[in-house]
Amino acid sequence: MAPQSKLSLGIKRASRSHTYHRRGLWAIKAKHGGAFPKAEKPAAAAEPKFYPADDVKPRAPSTRKPNPTKLRSSVTPGTVLILLAGRFMGKRVVFLKQLKSGLLLITGPFKINGVPIRRVNQAYVMATSTKVDISSVNLDKFDDKYFARAKRIKAKKTERELFETEKEATKNLPDFKKDDQKVIDAELVKAIEAVPDLKTYLGARFSLRDGDKPHEMTF
Amino acid sequence: MVKGRTGQRVRLYVRGTILGFKRSKSNQYENTSLVQIEGVNTKEEVAWYAGKRMAYVYKTKTKSSGTHYRCIWGKVTRPHGNSGVVRAKFKSNLPAESMGRKVRVFMYPSSI
Repeated sequence: MAPQSKLSLGIKRASRSHTYHRRGLWAIKAKHGGAFPKAEKPAAAAEPKFYPADDVKPRAPSTRKPNPTKLRSSVTPGTVLILLAGRFMGKRVVFLKQLKSGLLLITGPFKINGVPIRRVNQAYVMATSTKVDISSVNLDKFDDKYFARAKRIKAKKTERELFETEKEATKNLPDFKKDDQKVIDAELVKAIEAVPDLKTYLGARFSLRDGDKPHEMTF
Repeated sequence: MVKGRTGQRVRLYVRGTILGFKRSKSNQYENTSLVQIEGVNTKEEVAWYAGKRMAYVYKTKTKSSGTHYRCIWGKVTRPHGNSGVVRAKFKSNLPAESMGRKVRVFMYPSSI
């Protein structure tokens, strides 16, 4: 609509009836059957009981997923590793694969140096440049759940039973684990025996001697 | 010490000597100890050992957890000076009687 001119502040040039006609309000009224259309007011929202003190945006939850520990470039499947701590410290061992938890799956092989299929943390391991051919081994069944502790079924104990120490804490390995070890070892030992001296190398333990400087050694 | 290790004894640690505490002429700061690692003679060689864990092992008259041996764990923090001496922080400060005695510098956490 054309701007209304002002004579002075608050005083318009055109009268009320004049602007009514100009705006075409009569036409809108006629179009809607004699009454001016009223816009529907949006339903008043119920007054919330609680108004937070500050206008703070709720934090969106992080969608970041944790990754397994980054594998050092020197550690590849088939690498011979030296264990630095634990029951088998000093043993030279074959690396099989990295599990989803980030731990490394290793095996002695058991026949050669007594180290079973085990998990080990990358920080407690030194990688050597010796590699074993591991392509013939199937590792699909090994994951972190394989190594979970067997849950002991706790039956309801009577008073008497509570005082009897649990003698059923058997430390026997389930048979399927022993069989898995044999299967893996059969393949690996074949690959190892193909390389001269590798078997005795894996059977020997690593140790520091007098005058050894690990910071100058290459492994 | 590992329980009854009857097999081969392997040494997977480097020997170190505890020289004393970090200090100036007349003040000493016992939260940091100085350690001389065998075979390490320059600041550059210390880089390999940064972060490696160390253990000060000592014997006691009384038994705890079934053994007379006890240990204070610590780690190599940084080089000290130019000649291969190393600063170390232990879980609890080392006792003064440790000065001149041996400490074991392990090869883990490894980065090889």
